[in-house]
Amino acid sequence: MEHLRFEFQGGQRALPSLPQILGVVGSGNLEVLIENAALDGACVVDVATSARGFEVIWQAVLFDFHARWQLHNVRIAINDVGATPAVVSLRLDQAVQASVANSETGAA
Amino acid sequence: MKSYLEATARQRIAQVVDANSWQEILPPSARMISPHLAQLDSPVAFDDGVVIGRAQMVGHNILLASQEGGFMGGAIGEVHGAKLVGLLRLALLEKPKAVLLLLESGGVRLHEANAGLIAVAEVMRALLEVRANNIAVLVLNGGANGCFGGAGILARCANWIVMSEQARLAMSGPEVIESVQGVEEFDARDKALVWRTTGGKHRYLLGDCAALVEDDCAAFRSAAIAAMEKFTTLATSSPALSLADLEQEQAQLAQRIVDFGQMSEPMEIWRALGVAPVEQVPLWDCATFLANANAARESI
Repeated sequence: MEHLRFEFQGGQRALPSLPQILGVVGSGNLEVLIENAALDGACVVDVATSARGFEVIWQAVLFDFHARWQLHNVRIAINDVGATPAVVSLRLDQAVQASVANSETGAA
Repeated sequence: MKSYLEATARQRIAQVVDANSWQEILPPSARMISPHLAQLDSPVAFDDGVVIGRAQMVGHNILLASQEGGFMGGAIGEVHGAKLVGLLRLALLEKPKAVLLLLESGGVRLHEANAGLIAVAEVMRALLEVRANNIAVLVLNGGANGCFGGAGILARCANWIVMSEQARLAMSGPEVIESVQGVEEFDARDKALVWRTTGGKHRYLLGDCAALVEDDCAAFRSAAIAAMEKFTTLATSSPALSLADLEQEQAQLAQRIVDFGQMSEPMEIWRALGVAPVEQVPLWDCATFLANANAARESI
């Protein structure tokens, strides 16, 4: 396993309905856990991945994710089993969208 | 129609229980992960592959567990098993209408060796204690990984099993049988044979499962509600396991060996039960199958 941490500053969007879990820890897939955390406004992403040596690609995928959502005081934890960059982006977006959708429908 | 087979453990819960009634116990944010997998440098899941909690079914309080087949085939490790045991023990305190187990598991998580084996034994003991307290335990089995090994035994300890045709229920998995007994005994690559031997239709004909439904979340929900009503409204259907029940089942199983023990192919058993034409059985849709099977099936 490889453990990576990424930190992004400057986000303004706080997520309303957290924590949120999305995805499954299976081959080519990953789970994403999003929680609120007092991080001085930062968005911190902890990645545990079975595929070693892809730090640069994680950096790029998560940089794009942060550019899309600009999350504020949010901690994201990922358990990954070799998901492709497209799947990682998809699951991250799904998790954020689920949080936004839940807050709109009033569900926990 | 929403496929139960293709849904994740969490999606199944959302489809099976009453809307907005689900309350998870030890959610992923609690990070109750396996200590063994971390030691082996293997990927972990924040819920260790099983989701447990409280919910309602048609307004009645129930407890529910749902195994995630996508994580290590739903295999039961120490934490996974402890969550199931805790849920079942909670049933003794809270007296829910029923405990629903959405099982999908290959059995013991071999990475965790003895801890996993002990965990499965503890779950069985806890399950039987719930039944002894007159609370029905209902199993829904419709995942791609089926129920094998310890999970297969666990399912058969319950009061009621609902399966889809796509689901499987057995002790040893096809690959295990082939590797131990040889390909002449069992060809694990012959998928039609695998489903004839372990699939939902065969289990229904033998009386090993109580209900067969389409691969549809709503159908599983309806079957679970029907089973819950059966065990809570009929005085004759006590969820508890009595010595008389066990002796009756033992006698039926002994008779099964007498009746079918010489047969090597499930279709011979179906023919002996009076289902015809047996070649059509795998092709029938659920409704046609049930119409033909109900007169013939064994009732346990």
